[in-house]
Amino acid sequence: MALVEVRHLVKHFERGGGFLRAKSVVRAVDDISFSIEAGETYGLVGESGSGKSTTGRCMLRLIEPTSGEMRFRGEDVLSFDRSRLRAARRDMQMVFQDPYSSLNPRMKARDIVEEPLIIHRIGDRAERRDKVAELFRLVGLDPAHLLRYPHEFSGGQRQRIGLARALALNPSFVIADEPVSALDVSIQAQVINLLLDLQERLELTYLFIAHDLRLVRHICRRMSVMYLGKIVESGDSASIFAHPQHPYTRALLSAIPVTDPDAPRQRIELDANLVNRDAPLRELAPGHFAAV
Amino acid sequence: MTRVGAFLVIAIVSAAIFAPLLVPFDPAVQQLALRLEGPTGAHWFGLDELGRDILSRVLLGARVSLLVGLVVVGVSSTLGMAMGAVAGYYGGRVDQVISRVMDVLLAFPGLLLAIALVAVLGPSLVNVVLALTVIGWVGYARLVRGQVLRAREFEYVMAARALGAGTWRILTRHVLPTALPAVTVQATLGMAGAILSEAALSFLGLGVQPPTPSWGTMINGGRAHLLDAPHLTVFPGVFLALVVLGFNFLGDGLRDQLDPKIAKPSRGV
Repeated sequence: MALVEVRHLVKHFERGGGFLRAKSVVRAVDDISFSIEAGETYGLVGESGSGKSTTGRCMLRLIEPTSGEMRFRGEDVLSFDRSRLRAARRDMQMVFQDPYSSLNPRMKARDIVEEPLIIHRIGDRAERRDKVAELFRLVGLDPAHLLRYPHEFSGGQRQRIGLARALALNPSFVIADEPVSALDVSIQAQVINLLLDLQERLELTYLFIAHDLRLVRHICRRMSVMYLGKIVESGDSASIFAHPQHPYTRALLSAIPVTDPDAPRQRIELDANLVNRDAPLRELAPGHFAAV
Repeated sequence: MTRVGAFLVIAIVSAAIFAPLLVPFDPAVQQLALRLEGPTGAHWFGLDELGRDILSRVLLGARVSLLVGLVVVGVSSTLGMAMGAVAGYYGGRVDQVISRVMDVLLAFPGLLLAIALVAVLGPSLVNVVLALTVIGWVGYARLVRGQVLRAREFEYVMAARALGAGTWRILTRHVLPTALPAVTVQATLGMAGAILSEAALSFLGLGVQPPTPSWGTMINGGRAHLLDAPHLTVFPGVFLALVVLGFNFLGDGLRDQLDPKIAKPSRGV
């Protein structure tokens, strides 16, 4: 059984509706479904505004979805009441995109990492402090820096603090929402390797949200491509990269920078008229679906 | 300027605290033979229309002014922060209701509303505080609501929710601290406003009742003798002006120091 199963997830935002103005509905997430097996890293890619971050936030109910199901170990998280949801949060965590805005600038690194333990009343003060130091070492930070404030760390270090905070409650499922896109390229690899290393050691399952396709190909065996709130292609990463079926996926793949300046390349522009938004996902090859 | 403000505020606050030790004469004792006498060696600020020592009354009047300022600012900032936080964080209908109430209160000229309230409730110090609080919380609430609306979208607030933090914890640990600098500035400036409003209400006979000395009532008492004995009005007037000036200087200075656009950048990206 899949660890995480998203079924027909929908999130509509109502906009406007003011005086003399009609309401309009933005279909940020428009009926998407996918499932994630325990221990895997599932990729969710798309451009800004495609609804991938909203999907992640709806899955953890940081935003309430309009409709659909989000099953975690077979139970529908969307039907949980407050206390069930609170307990469930110990098992599902999130790493955020921006290492600057995701840490409270007024709190010391130790207090940031300790907060989840306080919220869930885990251990006494001394035990919590020990756990925080242990988490610091786990993510490759020096416990000597526990009392520093976020602005005294580099971007990569801050992202490690965010990771330590997410791992404090020993979750089994972590949504990584563009965890490295705000970092320098040289730091990206370090953080990615840390994520992969921790996945192995702690048996984590990841939903990896990204717009960088090279990264997704590198770390995700399976993935979905989102475009304007819908999944337009999903399946094995290798198959999608080798034989992209949807016009949007093709355009996205052609936009990947190539390291060889002399290599022949052809940038495909997406012609919106080619996209049939109402096309259902069809299995074009075993395990490879596309909405064409 | 901040230092001048701080000095004035500290000086007058200490004068108010130690007033019972500092007063040279009992402020209620009347020496009718010496009424309206100007400043002398014994009575530095002179005597008022009933022959009471003006210096003693000015010193004790500072206690009333600062007390009213403190209580009004304390209660209205607490109430305003709570209302602003609730309106900004929950949004929707709660926000609609609170915002409309604020709009209505803001539509009245503040002092006029206070006069009307005190006129209905009856003149007393407690009612002055009540009236000024009813008007005063709106400014804090609007300020805090705006800050909370902004802070609500911060990723670290989202992160706290993902960790399972309750609303109370999110508001007190993550959201309200971002509003605190602005509230501090507003509170300092609010002190000046509250002290001035109390003096105005007391001047109109709606505030502190005699024989308790208050700068407003003292200025009112001196009104009839403005030409023949100006010291009755001048001394409480000067102190009122100094304390208001002090708080305004202090507030402006704090605002400059806490304004991120003026402050030195603290992080290198």
